[in-house]
Amino acid sequence: MRYAETGYNLEIDLSSGNVEKVETDPAMTELHLGGLGTNARLLWDRVPPETDPLSPENLLIFGTGLLAGTPAPAANRTIVTTYSPQTLLMAYSMMGGFFAPEMKYAGYDKIIFSGRSPELVYVWINNDRVEIRDASHLQGKGVVETEELLKQELEDQDIQVASIGLAGENQVYYASIEHARSSASRAGIGAVMGSKNLKAVVVRGSKDVNIAKPKEFIELCNEVLDYIQWRAENPVKNVPPILAGLGSPQEMAIHDEAWHTTAFSWGNARYRRKEFWNEEVEEEWSRIQDGAVQRLISCYNCPMKCGAIIAYPTLELSKYMMKCYSKLTYVMGAMVDNLEFGFRIAGLAQGYGVDSYTAPQVMAFAIELYENGILTDEDLPDFPPDNEGRFFYLLEKIVHREGIGDVLANGVYWAARQIGKGAEAYDSNTIKKHEQIPIKLGMLNPIFFLMLSTGEKINITQIEGQLPQAPFPNKEDREEFVQDWFQAPSENIKDFFLKWEPRGEYAFPYFPDFQTACELVEWQETMHYIDDSTGICAGLSSFPIKPPYHIHNLPTLVSAATGLDINKDILWNKIVKRNRCLLRAINARRGLRRKDDKPPQDHWKKRFPDHEAQLLDEYYKFKGWNNEGIPTRETLRSLDLDDIGEDLEKRGIYANGQENENS
Amino acid sequence: MPMAKKTKTVKVINIDLEKCNGCRACEVICSAFHAPDKYSLNNPARSRIRMIRKPLDDIYLPVYAGEYTAAECMGRDKYIIDGKEYDECDFCRASCPSRDAFKEPDSGLPLKCDMCEDDPPQEEPLCVKWCLSDALTYEEREEEIDEEEEEQELTQEEMERGLKALADKYGLDSVAGSLARLLKKE
Repeated sequence: MRYAETGYNLEIDLSSGNVEKVETDPAMTELHLGGLGTNARLLWDRVPPETDPLSPENLLIFGTGLLAGTPAPAANRTIVTTYSPQTLLMAYSMMGGFFAPEMKYAGYDKIIFSGRSPELVYVWINNDRVEIRDASHLQGKGVVETEELLKQELEDQDIQVASIGLAGENQVYYASIEHARSSASRAGIGAVMGSKNLKAVVVRGSKDVNIAKPKEFIELCNEVLDYIQWRAENPVKNVPPILAGLGSPQEMAIHDEAWHTTAFSWGNARYRRKEFWNEEVEEEWSRIQDGAVQRLISCYNCPMKCGAIIAYPTLELSKYMMKCYSKLTYVMGAMVDNLEFGFRIAGLAQGYGVDSYTAPQVMAFAIELYENGILTDEDLPDFPPDNEGRFFYLLEKIVHREGIGDVLANGVYWAARQIGKGAEAYDSNTIKKHEQIPIKLGMLNPIFFLMLSTGEKINITQIEGQLPQAPFPNKEDREEFVQDWFQAPSENIKDFFLKWEPRGEYAFPYFPDFQTACELVEWQETMHYIDDSTGICAGLSSFPIKPPYHIHNLPTLVSAATGLDINKDILWNKIVKRNRCLLRAINARRGLRRKDDKPPQDHWKKRFPDHEAQLLDEYYKFKGWNNEGIPTRETLRSLDLDDIGEDLEKRGIYANGQENENS
Repeated sequence: MPMAKKTKTVKVINIDLEKCNGCRACEVICSAFHAPDKYSLNNPARSRIRMIRKPLDDIYLPVYAGEYTAAECMGRDKYIIDGKEYDECDFCRASCPSRDAFKEPDSGLPLKCDMCEDDPPQEEPLCVKWCLSDALTYEEREEEIDEEEEEQELTQEEMERGLKALADKYGLDSVAGSLARLLKKE
């Protein structure tokens, strides 16, 4: 019997209509856990590196986290993996909600789509019955409407639906896959789904998920729930309210947006408005938010209420479900001070299925180009005078790929190069061709420098976590913080936090030492790699400060669920390192090199090129990678990935003798 | 002298629909607790509590499995509460032929909430424990019962009425056959 996982993948070839249920190799679970890890291995094995992401040869893999569907709280994530049309690298955007557990109950760990359907279809998976069905009546429909229509058509309220909107159908490079209150939205995986002519995936299941060591496992789950309750009454001190609790930042419940609105940048990631938040704004925004939020809602088996049902009289889309941060991204991108605008456009954009991080930035970028004469009235006929109107205008152009929208639909990086006339200079906030959270700060932060530069996720919130973002000025506060910080992986990291000061000898950029900086980065990314494989939501694990899941209880939890013999050392130094290097190798084979490992030029005002280069050198060494940021043959061999090292060598990716430099 | 009154403990789960966040943790822990080997598997389809969720209609309704019924209702009711329309069977606790809920998915055998009876007893039903939103809360209250009523046995007449109903539904031969088999076993 297989535990935690089902032991089966569902293979669906959309070109031929062939459907197969395939038993998986348990050895893969031992090597890579599940979710991201096993998805990545499939992508490496089955999609040649020269594949065009929007061609039928690309795979679109819906992978459940290894623990998804077990009673582990918040283990509900679906990891969608493919090659991105935007970054041209591997994309592994993820979503919460209810989809992954339902997949498990239907009997599948992964659904693997290959090929391209001749016509628009949806796939209906009801336990062992799998049907590829005509979706022509759903063409152009928004994702909320699509889900409702499918519930009616299949006469079942309990189906789980993942679908694309018009943006996905039109292969917008930042189209999302939307599901209930969640979405897998980064790096254009919705466009890949669109390229396969796949409108929606519908799942329903009624099978068991088994647990290897039931008693031990449920005790760990109960401990997690107890700690969540304790943390609700004991928020972390000395950090902004929005970061003091668990979950994603609780933006549907909390009104205080001082931190996001004053620390993050507005417009095309340009302007900080340090004075923006005041009592008057808080009062007005609270009123609007309370009027719009009908109910706070959660993902599967999770007590955190990171989402909400939004209903507002002026909404373009009468009702929808919102995730935390999208309430602000359009507001801040458009430089509009009215929160109501945020609720209005976010609903419309979600219906079309676009990434709420990237879309507002592309629109802000277009407005900047217009204001600087690079885009003209010819490109933007009847362009409204106000930014609210302009955002609605641009959204329509983009999702329909109409006029200039056809260019903007490719994201800032590609659009800038297609438009030319100096537009590249306005591409101010991308890493590896992908739009980033708009943060522009003063002093170089060596830890964030490494995470932003090297993270395969290319999205800082899915790399960072657990460490307060700024030092506590008072020593006593630091000592208090460390006292019950049992989540920290080592004494060295506690020592770092105790010493860390805003100014002076123990301040950035030369503090901490290289070794500690690397350890801090590795800890943070390790925690995310574990979550991305187990399907536990980062909101209760790798992301917030002092979470209920941490490096000291996760190995036991995974062992109890699966029956695998996993301890901290195996999980961190073998499985996560293996997955980390596998992802690097996949991207290296797609052309990723050291020159790509860099944050946006103006991410910090104060940059230190020599120190940064040394940071990168030391980090690569620490990871067992060569000077180009590619895992060495030796490193891959030690992680049971020698076949991958061999492939890299054969392809000449280790050229110039760099292979041996650091090994 | 008045007859001494006996009391019995009534276990009550209060359900506050306003507080429900729709996470289905109640279904998860219910199916895990009631697994043949406790917590060895989970599967919401086996749960004795089911979430009726219609998010966009703001309907979040946990319903507990009650009695098995062999026949479905003659008609359907529709409840409209604060403008929200609840479907015909939403509030019904029965394991009934008209729907899949509250039946073991493999065998079709009916399921019924037992308030997580356990030895040693649980402090409260586990769906309540796992509901951190407090949409489900637990209380016990003492209720006086009539001792005579308690001890009353099934009358001949009641038994015959029950058998007649079975015979009407399944035919006298089939009921007689079952009885004969039961007698044989004993």
